[in-house]
Amino acid sequence: MDCNQVLVSKVKKVIIVFTLLIAFLSIKIDTFAQADSAVVPVDSAVAKTAEAVSGEHGAVEHGKEKFEPTKVIMEHIADSHMWHFWGHTSMPLPVILYTANGLEFFSSGHFHHGEEDYKGAHNTYRLVEDHIKVVGADGNVDEVASKTVLDFSITKNVAAMFVAIFLILVVFISVAGSYRKRIGKAPKGLQSFLEPIIVFVRDDIAKPNIGHKYAKFMPYLLTIFFFIWFNNLLGLVPIFPGGANVTGNIALTFVMALGTMIIVNVNGNKYYWKHIFLPDVPFWLWPLMVVVEVVGIISKPFALMVRLFANITAGHIIVLSLISLIFIFETLAIAPVSVAFVLFMDVLELLVAFLQAFIFTLLTALFIGMAVEEHH
Amino acid sequence: MELVTPSIGLVFWTGISFICLLILLRKFAWKPILGAIHDREQSIDEALNKAELAKQEMARLTAQNQDLMQQARAERDEILKEAKTLKDGILNEAKKQAQVEGSKLIEKAKIEIENQKKAALAEVKDQVSSLSLEIAERVLRTQLDDKTKQEALVANLLKDVELN
Repeated sequence: MDCNQVLVSKVKKVIIVFTLLIAFLSIKIDTFAQADSAVVPVDSAVAKTAEAVSGEHGAVEHGKEKFEPTKVIMEHIADSHMWHFWGHTSMPLPVILYTANGLEFFSSGHFHHGEEDYKGAHNTYRLVEDHIKVVGADGNVDEVASKTVLDFSITKNVAAMFVAIFLILVVFISVAGSYRKRIGKAPKGLQSFLEPIIVFVRDDIAKPNIGHKYAKFMPYLLTIFFFIWFNNLLGLVPIFPGGANVTGNIALTFVMALGTMIIVNVNGNKYYWKHIFLPDVPFWLWPLMVVVEVVGIISKPFALMVRLFANITAGHIIVLSLISLIFIFETLAIAPVSVAFVLFMDVLELLVAFLQAFIFTLLTALFIGMAVEEHH
Repeated sequence: MELVTPSIGLVFWTGISFICLLILLRKFAWKPILGAIHDREQSIDEALNKAELAKQEMARLTAQNQDLMQQARAERDEILKEAKTLKDGILNEAKKQAQVEGSKLIEKAKIEIENQKKAALAEVKDQVSSLSLEIAERVLRTQLDDKTKQEALVANLLKDVELN
């Protein structure tokens, strides 16, 4: 009877997880489709007019240049070796390369926006579509040599992440300070704004999903929650130090999901492993079930990774597409419409920023809960 | 495709900085914050419990007071009742005693009166008898002076004797 209840609750959990997964994936596929369909007629429209449009990168200075929204948007959501402010103003960022001969440090300013090559200590480098490539002796890009060079540069996303981390540290260490100063008193100021969120993570995410062992996982859950949330919010700020698509970058979500996977599997108890390798099914189903369960170990964090990445990237793409409309139609008349839509999307993204942080943390807590659950 | 290919640099920096963030926050933020929240919740719980206890204690005391009051009142009533019965008893006793005493006195008086009466009567009888004797003596003396009259008397007396 007891086992049955546990099974039912587990099945429910799995159903919820999968519905959420499917729902979110389907939504995101839709938005991608919308973004794409928005982009496609744009290209044809541009082709029809076949006229130069001033792009955000100050395309006017480069003469009559076709406005390519896909390129602009992809440039914005991708990582970069420079932090672009406005027009031709951008902040050069440090480049760190690992080559077979040793490390290389130099400023990305030496590339002059990709117009010049830089001769480093070991190789000559060129910036091609924001990727650092090795230039061979013949003056062309040496793809084989480029593959051996690993790029550990402080890119725009890394820098933006550092800003977010600095902000989080400042905020929470100061809040912790006010807890120390005001022992036993009611929270005040920033403390009273953040306390409900911390308590929310504890009481509504950790406790119901993990159970009485929740305390051990609180630091991890709180850290991923606020890390994702702060990065999401900073990504919505269009000016420095925001504007980077940090949480919409697959590398970052990959690391977060990897963290969750490690936490879950390191803390998995014997019931968790038994459930995977000796599932409660007829023995002839074992080959199938074991494969499914082992795939589940990977697929759960994989879904986390894709969900966060897709949600945030999609939001950025939509906002940028709406802004691009002004340049596609080459008229200011469309600007109010774009701005209105962008405003709506930004407000929606505010919600999504919180929601994605919440879902990531909730599912992490759920997976941890499944791994540490005791069966009697 | 480039969009979904994690770049090694970003993975590396994210990993390093996330672990640093986790360690720093864990030590300098989450521990004190969660500890403080936990402590405060506990102190609030304790305070509430104490308040509840105080309330119960208060109710208990009030009930006790009520009890004491009632007891005191009952005792007072008891005492009053006792006093009343005592008073009534004493009064009745006194009355009874007075009655008994009175009746005794009356009896005594009656006896006294009777005695006096008897004495008086005896005296009266004595006097009457001596008086009558005296009278009779005088009558007889006067009567017996006359012979006929003596005879007549004797005859009369004899007549009485015969009748008896």
